[in-house]
Amino acid sequence: MIPRNLFKKANNELEDRQVVEEFVEPTQTCPDCGFELTTTELKDNHEVCSKCGHHFRMNARQRVELIADKDSFEELWADMESQNILDFPGYDDKLRSSKAKSGESEGVIVGEAAIGGHRCVMFVMEPEFMIGSMGTVVGEKITRAFELAAEKSLPVVGFTVSGGARMQEGILSLMQMAKTSGAVKRHSDAGLLYIVVLTDPTTGGVTASFAMEGDIILAEPGALVGFAGPRVIEQTIRKKLPKGFQTAEFLLDHGFVDAISPRSGQRDLLINLLALHSKEV
Amino acid sequence: MEAYDKVLAARAKGRPTAMEYINNVFTDFQELHGDRRYGDDGAVVGGIGRLCGEAVTIIAQEKGGSTKDKIARNFGSPNPEGYRKALRLMKQAEKFGRPVVCLVDTSGAYPGMGAEERGQGLAIAENLMEMMTLKTPIISVLIGEGGSGGALALAVSDEVWMMENSIYSVISPEGCASILWRDAKKVREASQCLRLTAEDLYELGVIERIIPESDKDFGAAYELLRTWLKKALDDRRDLPLDELLEKRYERFRKFGK
Repeated sequence: MIPRNLFKKANNELEDRQVVEEFVEPTQTCPDCGFELTTTELKDNHEVCSKCGHHFRMNARQRVELIADKDSFEELWADMESQNILDFPGYDDKLRSSKAKSGESEGVIVGEAAIGGHRCVMFVMEPEFMIGSMGTVVGEKITRAFELAAEKSLPVVGFTVSGGARMQEGILSLMQMAKTSGAVKRHSDAGLLYIVVLTDPTTGGVTASFAMEGDIILAEPGALVGFAGPRVIEQTIRKKLPKGFQTAEFLLDHGFVDAISPRSGQRDLLINLLALHSKEV
Repeated sequence: MEAYDKVLAARAKGRPTAMEYINNVFTDFQELHGDRRYGDDGAVVGGIGRLCGEAVTIIAQEKGGSTKDKIARNFGSPNPEGYRKALRLMKQAEKFGRPVVCLVDTSGAYPGMGAEERGQGLAIAENLMEMMTLKTPIISVLIGEGGSGGALALAVSDEVWMMENSIYSVISPEGCASILWRDAKKVREASQCLRLTAEDLYELGVIERIIPESDKDFGAAYELLRTWLKKALDDRRDLPLDELLEKRYERFRKFGK
């Protein structure tokens, strides 16, 4: 292509200089240690700060890639989408923008997968979709996951991230807490294993239902896990919360999780736990 | 009545609280205290009484009457030990083949530091799981406020009813207004959006019955409640257990299927 200024004479030295725009990679600052991390660097390190080990939030697809055996994840009910059943103001827009932002059709993905060769049903919640809030579709997909696992005698491995019940679906969101708990109970009564990994943040109605109902409850380092959100507690007690309140480590101290599970060894930990419950010797 | 008026009515000073229902609907009530794990939660009253002669377990959220009583009951907002006491008494009811009646009235599970330290989320989650398969009939009645998970933890039942002027919601209208419009004062609009009145919830299929209230005399409401509770329990007396539990599961399974 011919440059537009081919026959134009430069007025001065500066004008003639070729500007080479260097590609600057976007960076993120670690909230714990302030270290600058490039997006590629973070992605390669599974969204963990290479300096201090801070665990950033991670997309559902990335998690599947990290945890499940290569190409083993077969997604189910991928096209289920929420409706604005109660005609709640702004909900349609919120759904549209969440879809665009996350690239997902709802706040959880579910599928059958293998982890270290162990067949299981996996659910992974999506932080970019309304912070994984639970409406009827999330509740339905989680319920189906447990029902399917019970039918096929498979363990369930789940990753939670949630701001709680989805306000925009009103009472129907609340009912999902009972519905999912019922399905977890049936799966449990069939003698089947459910391992849950709590990730940042897991709060509200999800904490008060399937997040806390695992046979084995793991949590990622530093994850915020609680029923009431910290701001609500601070407003209620009119005091600042101490540092580290409601973190995964706090929950471990108080006896509510089995182990802290850093992302680096997470797949191996899950494989070991699944193997320890496997009937095949 | 507008939704917001229902919110005000459900919270109105002088509205009968759980103990008044217990004293007027049941006889021979004996309160049973404690969760056998940590303490006794004043926000949850539990015990055994009779409904038209039949022994039943009664579990209720009590907001309290006088200021002193309200404080002792934490204004009806249970801590984990309240939910654990409720579950202990439900398991006891199951063992002795007694039906369970729950009276729900809370603005929500208490969002305090101690509640988090003792596992508020877990306590609620365990109730949801265990109630779903509790081998005895359960009927829940919302008598005032039904605030989110803290209310649901006593309402995973075979039938859920609401008093005419009670409300049931996933979030308080104040909380909804401050999230949605960043203005807690827009409670009126939020109340409308949330569909939290007995009529709304009946329409949505979330409850089976609305118990009418009369302004002057609450005695008639108690009378009706007693009659309907008796009928609901009689209807389930000879129902095979697996059928009872299948129906309970389906009752919740249908939402968003």
